[in-house]
Formats: sequence, structure tokens, C-alpha cells
Amino acid sequence: MSTNLSDLLYLIPIVTFILALRFLSSPAHARRGNQIGAAGMLVAIAVTWVKAGHTSWWALVIGMAIGGGFGAVAARRVKMTAMPQMVALFNGVGGGAAALIALAELHRSLPDPGRPHIDVLVAIALSGFIGAVSFAGSMIAFAKLQELIGGRPITYPGQNVGNLILLAALLGFAVALSAGVQDQWLLWIVVGGGALFGILFVLPIGGADMPVVISLLNAFTGLAVAIGGFELENNVLIVAGMLVGASGTLLTLMMGKAMNRSLGNLLFSAFGQVTAEAAAVASGAGGGTVRSASAEDVAVMLAYAHKVVFVPGYGLAVAQAQHDVRQLADMLESKGVEVTYAIHPVAGRMPGHMNVLLAEANVPYTQLKEMDEANPEFSRTDVAVVVGANDVVNPDARSNQGSPIYGMPILNVDDAQAVVVLKRSMNPGFAGIENPLFYNPKTVMLFGDAKESIVKLAAAVKTL
Amino acid sequence: MSHNMLLVFEVTILVLAIFLGFEVISKVPTLLHTPLMSGTNAIHGIVVAGAMIVLAGSGKGPFTWIVGFLAVVLGAANVVGGFVVTDRMLEMFKKREPAKPKDDETVT
Repeated sequence: MSTNLSDLLYLIPIVTFILALRFLSSPAHARRGNQIGAAGMLVAIAVTWVKAGHTSWWALVIGMAIGGGFGAVAARRVKMTAMPQMVALFNGVGGGAAALIALAELHRSLPDPGRPHIDVLVAIALSGFIGAVSFAGSMIAFAKLQELIGGRPITYPGQNVGNLILLAALLGFAVALSAGVQDQWLLWIVVGGGALFGILFVLPIGGADMPVVISLLNAFTGLAVAIGGFELENNVLIVAGMLVGASGTLLTLMMGKAMNRSLGNLLFSAFGQVTAEAAAVASGAGGGTVRSASAEDVAVMLAYAHKVVFVPGYGLAVAQAQHDVRQLADMLESKGVEVTYAIHPVAGRMPGHMNVLLAEANVPYTQLKEMDEANPEFSRTDVAVVVGANDVVNPDARSNQGSPIYGMPILNVDDAQAVVVLKRSMNPGFAGIENPLFYNPKTVMLFGDAKESIVKLAAAVKTL
Repeated sequence: MSHNMLLVFEVTILVLAIFLGFEVISKVPTLLHTPLMSGTNAIHGIVVAGAMIVLAGSGKGPFTWIVGFLAVVLGAANVVGGFVVTDRMLEMFKKREPAKPKDDETVT
């Protein structure tokens, strides 16, 4: 197939990828978009197949069967709560592939008379490095989220300085390679060093911030793939890779905004440690009394309300209580109560994760309200039920300048007539930040395991 | 096309793709950010096409063959896994179950 014809046919996947992203603007047609994208991918593979020739077609088939088989099985089996590590894994293998392509391309072009153009060498060094960072970083992120290694930040003195020195050294090697020092070993060092950098870069970051890292590494892989397109003079790699690079970057910035932290703070400050110190300084809550209630009391509040808003946090998913919440909501709806869910952008373990978990429990997406939509509603809400969420409903973020989460956008549940907080005990949450919401006179606490509490509530509502 | 002309052309579409990416993604609601992440993940699986080119051009020796083969395996895992997992997620987003009681039936 001529290059012109294949480039023309590559327009098909390019257009379908753009459509796939465009269709994600609404859950009504998002699935069809994804299928269109997958069809476009098939076209891309078919065109490449014909274009590349059939020299080692059996190796292609076997390689694809192994990789595709693994991907399909893993994707089918994964639990929705484990989605973040699955995304990390698939992201990592993509980055690894980009790094391998760089190694192969350098090997292929080195013995040629008249060395490769400098821009191709730059592309090889860059995609090798970025791909390796993405691969190793994603694997560490996967291991942390899968709890193969501890989720706590791992820190040691001189961490950032050490990383900077490593980065500078690798940059030197990459420049030497681009300038035409013809040695395959240089690229091995760049790729190996990139992998080391990826490990050192992700290790210090705590489990709670891992989704931001995955989003960033997603952008890295996209970038590595786009640069790989320059090595192979392949447009579809450039466009598809850069679409992902741009989207990953934007999503990373949006997540940082929702957590009220700059990217630099997220990546270089080992969050867990900082808050432990800051929490000691945090004031505002200390003392005050906490009202606790029985499931029966809360059931009465809910059943005779006009409007109830559930505020789910990751604790809900950990307790696997999504289905029970939906059943409780169904019961309330049959009693004429209006039920919605207010979802903070970073609820769950990655942005939008809570929506996926509730959708899995058959909650209609029309009931899932984003923060901007949910906040004005609280003033006409009778009861806000906080299940397994803490920091995202902490009023200190609005008013206490000494709080480590000051300035973070939150769900204003304290605007509701009454607040019910389902919580295991009064122990401060993961980040160790006091929450004055619990001492608010409007608030009642329902202590116990989230799932058990919800089941008790449903049983009590049923008898009313 | 000369090499430099090709390079200029490639850089042009790269820059346009950046703006297109920002434009399209900014319209995705936070509701769908997780499928967005896994969907874009699937799209960068296009790297498998690059891996195929490398493997097919591996007449020069075992090194390229091995590396190309590994890249095809990784790329294929990326593509298939990415699209399947995204489809599984998006399948779950429904408006309302048909079996559910109507909202306005029991309102007092």
C-alpha cells in the first residue's frame, strides 16, 4: 500500500477517536462513542497490517493474541472498585510499548549510512525516556493501589534533589544521543534511567493522590506515543497520542483544582506527612458535643422528609454498600421522598469513580449531581446523609484558614435542615483532619459500619 | 515530500491535536471522568500500530524482532483492555430502570 493511500485511510481512525471523545459529553451516547473508537482502532490495525507487509505475520498474530487475551480477561474480571489500578496497568503497558519502539528504531537506523536526522534522534530519546517513566511509574502506582506495597508515602532525605540530579544526568545522555553519538547503550541508559526515575517519582506519593499521578502518567504515555509517531512518520500515532496527552494534562489540572492543591504540591510534597504536621496546627473543631442517633430515629427523619441528598465518599465503596444505599433510596422514593446524590469531583479513588460505582448499583445517572449543581440544592434539602465521606464535607475548608484543606471546594451539606453522618467512630479520617461538621447542632451521627447502618436504616424505613 | 517538509507538517498536526484535545475534553462532565481516563487510555493503545511496523520491519535481526514482538504484546493489551473496560463502565450508566415505581405515584 502506498504511503499516500495509507495516510488517507488513517484519517478514519483519527476521526473516530475524536468522535469517541466528543460522545463522552453525555452518558446517553458515551458508550456508542467508545464503540466507534474501537472500530476505528480496528481500521488502524488493518491498514497497518496491509501497509507493513506480511513478513512475520505469525509473530504478529501470536503477539496480539497474548496481549489482547490478557487485556480482555483482565478488563472483564476487574471489580469496579479496582478501576484505578486497572487504568494504571493498561497505561503502563502502553508506555512500555512506546519505549520499546524507540529502542528498536534506534537499532534499525544506526548502521545506515548517513545517520538519522537529528529530529528523529530527539524523538527516539524523548519517547524512550517518557515511555519508560510512564511504564515504571504506572507499575508502582498499580502496586500501591493493589496494596502489593504500602500506600503510605515513602520518603528519604534529599529525595527531590536526588531526582533532579538523575533527571539532569539523563537529559545529558539524551542530548549526547541526539547530537549523534552513535551508541545503542546511550539509549539503554536513557530508558533504564527513565524507569528508575519513574519509580523514584511515584514512590513518595501517597495512595490518596495516586489518581492524579495516573492521570499525569496517562498524559505521559500519550505524549510518548505521539513522539513515536515522529520516529515512524505515522500521523495517526501523532494525533491520537497528542489527543491523550492534552486530555490527560487537562484532567490532571482539574483534579488538582478540585483538591485545592497545585500540581507541584501534589507531586513533590508527600501529602500524608504534610497533613500530619498541619493537622496538629488546625483548630476550630476541638471540643463541642456530638449527638448520636439510632437507626430508627434516622429512619423517621428520612421517611418524612421531602428531599434527601446522599453524599457518598470512598468509605461507601470500601464497605460495598452502594447496592444497599440504592435500595434504601428506592424505598424512600416509594414513600414520595425526592432522592439525589451529591458527588464531589474527587469522591472515590479517581475523578468520577463514585459515579461509576453508583451506576453499577443501578442508580440512574439523572440522580447523580455534580458539586456545582448540588450545592445550591442543599438549602432546600431536609436531610443530607453523608456516607463514608469526610474531607469533602468539612466546613473548615470554607472558613478555617489554619486548616490544611482551606480553600478546597466542598459540598455544603451544613446548608441542609439536618445532616446525618454515617461513620465508624469519631477517629479522624485518613488525612487526620478534624471536621467541625460533626459538632454542628444540626448534625446527628449514626455510628457503625456503613453497610450495616444502611441495611438497618432500610429495615427501619420499611416498618414505618 | 522532503524530510523537512514532512517534519513541519507533522509538527503542525501535533499542535492542532493539542488544541483539539483541550476543546473536546473540556466538554466532558465530571460524571464521566473515570470512563474518560480509561477511554483515552484505550486511544493511546494506537501504539500497537507502531509496534506492528517495527515487528514487520524486523528483517535486520533478532534484537528488533524481540523488542517489536514485546511491543506488540504490550500494545495489544493496552488496546483491548482499554476499550473493554471502558465499555463495561459506560454500559452501566442508565437513565432509569424500567421496573422502578414512578416518582409521582405516591407523592402526598
